Amino acid sequence: MAVDDYFSLFGLPARFGLDEEALEHAWREVAAQVHPDRYATASAVERRVAMQWAARVNEAYRQLRNPLLRARYLCEQAGVDLQTESNTAMAPAFLMQQMEWREMLDDARRDAKTAAALRAELDAAQAGMRKQVCELLDGRRDYAAAAVRVREWLFIDKMEQELAALRPA
Amino acid sequence: MALLQISEPGESPAPHQRRLAVGIDLGTTNSLVAAVRSSVAEVLPDAQGRALLPSIVQYLPDGRTPTGYEAQAQQTADSRNTVVSVKRFMGRSLAEAQASGAPYEFVDAPGMVRLRTVQGDLSPVEVSAQILAVLRQRAEDVLGDDLVGAVITVPAYFDDAQRQATRDAARLAGLNVLRLLNEPTAAAIAYGLDNAAEGVYAVYDLGGGTFDISILRLSRGVFEVIATGGDTALGGDDFDAVIVERVLADLPAGHDLTPGDRRALMVTARAVREALSDRETARYALTLADGRELARDIARTEFEAWAQPLVERTLHSARNALRDAKLAVSDVRGVVMVGGSTRMPLVRRAVGALFGTEPLVDLNPDEVVALGAALQANLLAGNRAPGEDWLLLDVIPLSLGLETMGGLVERVIPRNSTIPVARAQEFTTFKDGQTAMSVHVVQGERELVSDCRSLARFELRGIPPMVAGAARIRVTFQVDADGLLSVTAREQSTGVEAAVTVKPSYGLSDEEIARMLSDSVREADSDAQARMLREQQVEARQLAESVRAALVNDADLLSDGERAAVDAALQGADAVAASDDVEAVRAAVQALSSATEEFAARRMDRSIRKALAGRKLDELA
Repeated sequence: MAVDDYFSLFGLPARFGLDEEALEHAWREVAAQVHPDRYATASAVERRVAMQWAARVNEAYRQLRNPLLRARYLCEQAGVDLQTESNTAMAPAFLMQQMEWREMLDDARRDAKTAAALRAELDAAQAGMRKQVCELLDGRRDYAAAAVRVREWLFIDKMEQELAALRPA
Repeated sequence: MALLQISEPGESPAPHQRRLAVGIDLGTTNSLVAAVRSSVAEVLPDAQGRALLPSIVQYLPDGRTPTGYEAQAQQTADSRNTVVSVKRFMGRSLAEAQASGAPYEFVDAPGMVRLRTVQGDLSPVEVSAQILAVLRQRAEDVLGDDLVGAVITVPAYFDDAQRQATRDAARLAGLNVLRLLNEPTAAAIAYGLDNAAEGVYAVYDLGGGTFDISILRLSRGVFEVIATGGDTALGGDDFDAVIVERVLADLPAGHDLTPGDRRALMVTARAVREALSDRETARYALTLADGRELARDIARTEFEAWAQPLVERTLHSARNALRDAKLAVSDVRGVVMVGGSTRMPLVRRAVGALFGTEPLVDLNPDEVVALGAALQANLLAGNRAPGEDWLLLDVIPLSLGLETMGGLVERVIPRNSTIPVARAQEFTTFKDGQTAMSVHVVQGERELVSDCRSLARFELRGIPPMVAGAARIRVTFQVDADGLLSVTAREQSTGVEAAVTVKPSYGLSDEEIARMLSDSVREADSDAQARMLREQQVEARQLAESVRAALVNDADLLSDGERAAVDAALQGADAVAASDDVEAVRAAVQALSSATEEFAARRMDRSIRKALAGRKLDELA
């Protein structure tokens, strides 16, 4: 059936470049159709199936809404496994960069200025990744090359999360 | 109901088929029941015209259980057997209950604490069920018919154990739970539908024993919760306790307080707190059991200074929720105030200052949750009129995860994920030849398992012996629209599977509830028995009919073997349809249901796929 992948579920083209408003609009419409509230007085089996669909729709939305997860999903759909567990090979330049950021992160614990500088660098790196991955996926359709970038992007994202967690609660 | 009738979403039954459904606010201090009548939601009063039912149950030696105002009148005279604020103990352990300082004799029991009364040791679930049963009776008296179901509200910040306990209580009270609905979300429905509100709103809900803050986006009939936060052990009771603490400081030491004293101290404190919402000073006056007298004037400013730290805790939660929502204070268009405790001027001022806007108080803060629940119940029962429609997208309040090596938590579903949600995570064995893996499910935001709430433990056995790291065990978490979790674990290469609905350590098992309910039916008279037989016969006929209808269109979904099994079960149902052996009819219905369960699931799946594919055609047109 035509609703088996996340993009067609929302009636959107399977591209990295995405109209976020159209996605949100489609999510609300599809979620409304399968939401368990629509089947509250139906049988247990029907409620279960509706609930599974609703969970799937929410998961699809979560993955497509987030550019990094969306890129990863597109790679996987194209049959390129990111091997996030087993393949940790990185370009030497990126490894160097990563070490530099690690040191900044350590300093950021004590120094708000370093934290701000690191945040700016990571934001810029994320934006750069986004642009490169968009070109690789939508332009050249080179999924293997995109997967390499996505692996790096995952590191940047993780670093950004660690930085955010430093903020006092 | 017939198993195979695929209901058409959005269908409104004819007026004579209108299905009665109510919303119930099961509160710490007071409970209410409301229903939509003549398209307006209203609270259903008792025979004396009172809307509130104090959430108080007294257990008498003769087996009677006065509930509400009658029990309230006895709360200081018979404090051990008169249970107040039972909501605070739902899904909680002995240690947590004792920490509350409430004057009961608590008894340890597996999973959830029990309260010792003259009628034996009772779980908080049973006490809550008594309150719900009274509200159910009230609704059936006022509405004049049986209920098809109820929406029960819970604090948004309730964890899985507390939600399970609430649902168990409702089922024990004989209620069909259409949905557990978060209290602030219920309030947002009542408020939003009344005011045709659009934009981001905060709901600040300070009740008798719980505090919730929810940030919602309201737009074109969608109520989307973006973030929620709170404290399930912070409410009006705590403000009263602050007063008691100060008053007792004046008292010479050396005398013990009786349980009745402690209850009376709290009751008086509440009266003083409520009086201070309207007046600048109020007098605290009480004579203790041993004749000592307490008397003291308390100024509002004085009370506000004492209570400031409690209010600050709520503001802290509110700021965190905003941060989770990635929103600034200025993005919030309005703050809806819910719960009787928001009548305190201190609270209104503080909330107004934080959000930079006058809090919205035009709906009665005691009733707004029940009214929203009634609107939702009416919607879920399928009574909505054309054009009157909305959708709720709620979230889970606390992250769900698993214990991994070293007592650390691996988060599987982060808090504020839209529900329903399903997420899987893969794990592996860490020893050569390991054939079992224990799965420990926890809820909370901390990194250490010991700082989170333990929800369930179960074992996946029968993993074939492999080298360490070779097995691929996929653990799937699924949270339904009630916010209730179920977990399955599956070894991918062999398909060995283990599943658990998270409840064994808290609340009642399905069997326990079924037994308690069937005990009460067995006692009923022969009229009830006859009615049950008729109902079973009708169900057998309806089910067989709908299976035959389904086979006409969708027989292609079944293999030959499956079709033969369905046909056999159909013949079995036909054979006993006219029998007066209620058990035989019930067994045949059961057999037909289970024989067609997978068929029903596939038909539902096909129907949803068709609906979704149709949506796209509409868009193209």
